[in-house]
Amino acid sequence: MSEQFYNILIVGVGGQGVLLASEIISQVAMNAGMDVKKSEIHGMSQRGGVVTSHVRIGKKVYSPTIQQGEVDFLMGFEKAEALRFVGWMKKTGTVVVSHTTLVPAIVTSSKEFHYPEDAIADLKNKAHNVIDVEADKIAGELGNPRLVNTILIGVLANLLPFEEKLWVDVIKSLVKEKFVAVNLQAFARGREFIWGGGSPPPRRN
Amino acid sequence: MKQLLSGNEAVARGAYEAGVKMAVGYPGTPSTEILETMAERHRSVYSQWSPNEKVAFEVGIGASIGGARTLVTMKHVGLNVAADPLMTFAYTGVNGGFVFVSADDPEMHSSQNEQDNRIFARFANIPFLEPADSQESKDMLVAAYEISERFDTPVMLRMTTRISHTMGIVEVIEPLQPQERKFVKNPEKYVMIPSNAKVRHVVVAQRLIDLAKYSEQTPFNYIESNGSKVGIISGGVAYQYAKEVAPQFDYYKIGFGYPLPLEGIRQFVAAHDITLVVEELEPVYEDQIKAAGVKVEGKKYFGALGELSPSRVAKGLKEAGLIDKVVVPEITQEDLFPRPPVLCPGCPHRGAFMALKKLGVAVTGDIGCYTLGVLKPLNALDTCICMGASIGNAIGMEKVQGSATGTVAVIGDSTFFHSGITGLLDAVYNQSNVTVIILDNRATAMTGGQEHPGTGKTLMGEPVGRTDIQELVRALGVKNFEEVDAYDFDATLSCVKRQMATPGPSVILTSRPCVLMPKRIMDEPYQIDLELCNGCSACFRISCPAIAASTETNERGHAKAIIDETLCTGCTLCAQICPTEAILLKSQFAKA
Ligand code: SF4
Ligand code: SF4
Ligand code: SF4
Repeated sequence: MSEQFYNILIVGVGGQGVLLASEIISQVAMNAGMDVKKSEIHGMSQRGGVVTSHVRIGKKVYSPTIQQGEVDFLMGFEKAEALRFVGWMKKTGTVVVSHTTLVPAIVTSSKEFHYPEDAIADLKNKAHNVIDVEADKIAGELGNPRLVNTILIGVLANLLPFEEKLWVDVIKSLVKEKFVAVNLQAFARGREFIWGGGSPPPRRN
Repeated sequence: MKQLLSGNEAVARGAYEAGVKMAVGYPGTPSTEILETMAERHRSVYSQWSPNEKVAFEVGIGASIGGARTLVTMKHVGLNVAADPLMTFAYTGVNGGFVFVSADDPEMHSSQNEQDNRIFARFANIPFLEPADSQESKDMLVAAYEISERFDTPVMLRMTTRISHTMGIVEVIEPLQPQERKFVKNPEKYVMIPSNAKVRHVVVAQRLIDLAKYSEQTPFNYIESNGSKVGIISGGVAYQYAKEVAPQFDYYKIGFGYPLPLEGIRQFVAAHDITLVVEELEPVYEDQIKAAGVKVEGKKYFGALGELSPSRVAKGLKEAGLIDKVVVPEITQEDLFPRPPVLCPGCPHRGAFMALKKLGVAVTGDIGCYTLGVLKPLNALDTCICMGASIGNAIGMEKVQGSATGTVAVIGDSTFFHSGITGLLDAVYNQSNVTVIILDNRATAMTGGQEHPGTGKTLMGEPVGRTDIQELVRALGVKNFEEVDAYDFDATLSCVKRQMATPGPSVILTSRPCVLMPKRIMDEPYQIDLELCNGCSACFRISCPAIAASTETNERGHAKAIIDETLCTGCTLCAQICPTEAILLKSQFAKA
């Protein structure tokens, strides 16, 4: 495991929980004995702008940010945002994306800009491994649209070599107490997610 | 014990471990979390927000002279505000160790410029340390207190956004018990009348010589030998990028950045065929090394604008002929619509901007959430320079253009307390006809809702009396004062018109708090009756994130509007401007 290096780029829109998700992943990696760096850009972006977080896991991590073209896992909490950052991926990388659609005011109020017709299809045209999850729908079933991030973490957990218990413990410690139960449910839903069509992406462990 | 900490959290932890007694600052991205962490996790340290960085710095100086180890935090542009006390405090020196953090923002993720404050340390003749990760942020802060006390100088810890907002693994230890220092009267040292200052300037010059010697032997400046003929001199996050792409070279890692260990560097450069300086923003190291007659290159390959990245460093190294491969992304990037940050649904600033836009007047802006009003489709601001500048800008504009054209300054409550008060004083004194709208949302909202003198609470959560803006404004000599509900579009519009027509300076105070802080405000949401909506798009132009295009169109093919009820706060603004009255409360739909 120590030879492995994981570059994870998490993208979404302000308010979707990008930062919490990346913190959970980083904490799990640290508890598993890996070196980890997590770098985020917020500030003005907390007002509905794009939020990105780089998580780098390995034996020894130098740069806090990933080089463009070196992302192993792209986690998209919003499908157009995943598409925006697909150019950061390695060709062999995996995209885990929610069907969530958030159309900003700048698109609705002008003719200049368009939201992509079918962002998921565009992603599949560009990247080899795309796991698309109706996380927005599942989150709705669980009664809280904010659970998209934890559901996707559950999916990602299938692709990383860390034990279940590490994930569960970290979620318990980082999520506000009254939301722990439902977040664990969301995580479990992500864990059991089966991707339809084609072969599953290669497991890294 | 190991903890995963951001650079800012690590600084706070370092202050705690170093036995700091007082931590003070003004919020500003990317520095804000340092003091927030102090107040949250290290409550044995007295921590406070001050109204601005100059005051924070002055409070910190008092604490240091009083004998306590002191931390002052700010973002890079905050140091411009605090430059006045800094330049002279560099002369007096400290009693208790004094370290201030300058959190610079290369790439301007959330700032109006990207100045490199390492130059400021040189300007002030004081040392600075430049950490490259969270562990160093903590270690260097602790060491900075020893340097401060040993060399009798304020010390700058220079962070950047990437260091402040990157989490890394940090080994934490128990706090030290620094030796108690008492206040001792010493006017020759602390009262900078010219005769004393002349003596102190000589002390400062000698101190720099001593610090230069220290720089040669501090463990924060060290060589990493890999037997390479290529040498890299680097510090801060730039060092991490260089290590990432070229771990095989030899490194002179700079942590103590001023004065530079020029003797060590001279030897390092002599021992290599070629040496490059890799640093972010200005050629601060490069220029000094070159000025010392040592042959290095740097900016020529890496550029002086914006953040560095592993890719940029790799490209530069390739251009210099030192590596032959750089990563080329295999997947082409997608050209997508932009997603700029916007005012929240129900933001109280929206109403004021809608009114100003309708009036078509010149609007001088300031620093805060409301700066977002400049973006499409609101397009409601004409200037934004620095904290507190809007009122001064408006005075100048009104003096040359005449009051008939109309100039309105908008400023937030926290910004008004920061440095708007003096601008308003100028307007009174010089009889300007400006209209100042204080957008009072009762929080420093831009940075996440910090407390300030108008909120009735301190950083540590103590309840206090709040400064009454109306009384303050009247005491400054403003005769025309009006408070208005910015959710009431017509009232706001007529209020601005009225106050612009009255001679002399006038102040309008808006009364609605930020919808996010201190707790999220949600009233009954509005919905749109698609039968009534004619797709006029008026509601799109107020830039509320809750309003989107529906799939239905009008006869001319324009989209009708729909409201996301989970986002709508029920502020009523869109309903007030809809010409067909298609926007109704959700409960009105149930009945219909
Ligand atoms: S945080 Fe508050 S003040 Fe800032 S945009 Fe949102 S509602 Fe407006
Ligand atoms: S303002 Fe009214 S009529 Fe015009 S698009 Fe909006 S809802 Fe429809
Ligand atoms: S009432 Fe209208 S403007 Fe106000 S939050 Fe709801 S949709 Fe936005």
